[in-house]
Amino acid sequence: MSEQAAAVSLAGVSKTFAKGQVRALEDIDLGIRPGEFVSLIGPSGCGKSTLLRVIGDLVGASGGQVTVNGKSAARARADHDYGIVFQDAVLYDWRTVAKNVALPLELAGWSRRRRGERVREMLELVELSGFGDHHPWQLSGGMQQRVAIARALAFSPALLLMDEPFGALDEMTRERLNIELLRIWEASESTVVFVTHSIAEAVFLSTRVVVMSPRPGRIAAVVEVDLPQPRTNETREEPRFFELVTEVRERLRATEPAAGLLA
Amino acid sequence: MSTVVQPLPPGLGRRVGRNARDWIPAALVLVLGLGSWQVLVDVLSIERFLLPKPSEIARTFWEERDVLWSAGLYTFREALGGFVIGSGAAMLFALLLARFRRLGSALMPLAIAANAIPIIAFAPIFNDWFDVLSPTSKIAVAAVLCFFPVLVNTLRGLTSVQPRAIELMRSYAAGELQVFRKVRIPAALPFIFSALKVASVLAMIGAIVGEYFGGSQEALGIQIRNSAALFQFETAWAAIMVASILGIAFYASIATVERMVLKWQGNSREGVRQ
Repeated sequence: MSEQAAAVSLAGVSKTFAKGQVRALEDIDLGIRPGEFVSLIGPSGCGKSTLLRVIGDLVGASGGQVTVNGKSAARARADHDYGIVFQDAVLYDWRTVAKNVALPLELAGWSRRRRGERVREMLELVELSGFGDHHPWQLSGGMQQRVAIARALAFSPALLLMDEPFGALDEMTRERLNIELLRIWEASESTVVFVTHSIAEAVFLSTRVVVMSPRPGRIAAVVEVDLPQPRTNETREEPRFFELVTEVRERLRATEPAAGLLA
Repeated sequence: MSTVVQPLPPGLGRRVGRNARDWIPAALVLVLGLGSWQVLVDVLSIERFLLPKPSEIARTFWEERDVLWSAGLYTFREALGGFVIGSGAAMLFALLLARFRRLGSALMPLAIAANAIPIIAFAPIFNDWFDVLSPTSKIAVAAVLCFFPVLVNTLRGLTSVQPRAIELMRSYAAGELQVFRKVRIPAALPFIFSALKVASVLAMIGAIVGEYFGGSQEALGIQIRNSAALFQFETAWAAIMVASILGIAFYASIATVERMVLKWQGNSREGVRQ
């Protein structure tokens, strides 16, 4: 894979906090190809959210090189090359759903007409067409998160960064939105970097699962997920799915200190 | 923090008084209260100078309406002037302190402390600083009274935006000005309106109490003070009635603007959906 072709390329990336006292990330090397769906998974404190923010240039790396779409992370942010979704939907209550989705376009100076068209497309994509005039508090948690996804995709970015986007939702809603997200991923032809706590979610969604270990945050293993596309609810019941879940679980367990030491 | 006025629970302001039926109990209590006042003054043979009957106050109010209303409007103009100057300066100052955090953290404790000072105590001094007979000294009292609660609450509103909302704006490469225009200021509006309602009351108090320490003969505070001194209690009470009506109208008009501006506030408190 050439440097230019990579959607995200991380070379020797490190991040320290508190004047070098806390090593959040160390020696991260990772290349993500366009169109991939990569999950970052690991115990709390492994720096997976920090890594996502380093890619998005919301947190600067302390060392190493971060390249997004062949540019520096700062350039990519300025060019709206990525959209981001957090665990909280972070919708502004004084704006309607449509105006929330339009906000990034508004900031970039798009005309009202162009904004309107784009917002309509995006709400259609997340299947919330009838809800443009609603206010965020009138929607359920799952619907709010879909609005956040629509907003993140407003610029049709090549890259979608997601920080435990379904972490606050109930299991049923979460599984439904997983399928929804895969459909959106396919339709928008974007690359997704997805942070999660859930092993099953990571395996179900991803083409690759990156297992991280804590203190300092490092990449412990990368698991290729060879489940066929498109994935459906039946995928979760296939033997291969369970094998992969087990593999990721074992890799995760290997990152922890031996159980005997903790007891 | 006691100096911060929390926005009302969502929807409350709208539910109360949405239709006439909501007003009936309050109106009933008012009529009953006035009725028993009227009767009890006779029954308990309360001296006229201690407490005039509502009917006498109402008659005086009617007979002296021209003088009282023009006095009321004179004082209201002072209050309004002080309100506009004090609140306006406070909001600008809050924007500055929110933009330059270091300045904010240096000055905020002082502002909170100043907010707890009984500023009305300065009224006689303001009368000395500015001309005692001019409205300026009363406008100054009202302005200073309005300044601190509006400052503290606006700043609180501007800075209480959750970090994710700001991070999101950064992901769009939004500038500081855009963050203020699109996020901080709208998020602060419920706080600002709560403070403005408090400030409207304070402005009326400031103007009237300022006048108690000396002012123009046309002023309402002077009317109240002089009629009380001359045992014209019906006039004093009628003047107080004028002050009350103007104060309530002032408050209600701000509440009305609030309701129009914050239409989006269906049942949300924090402004940014988590």
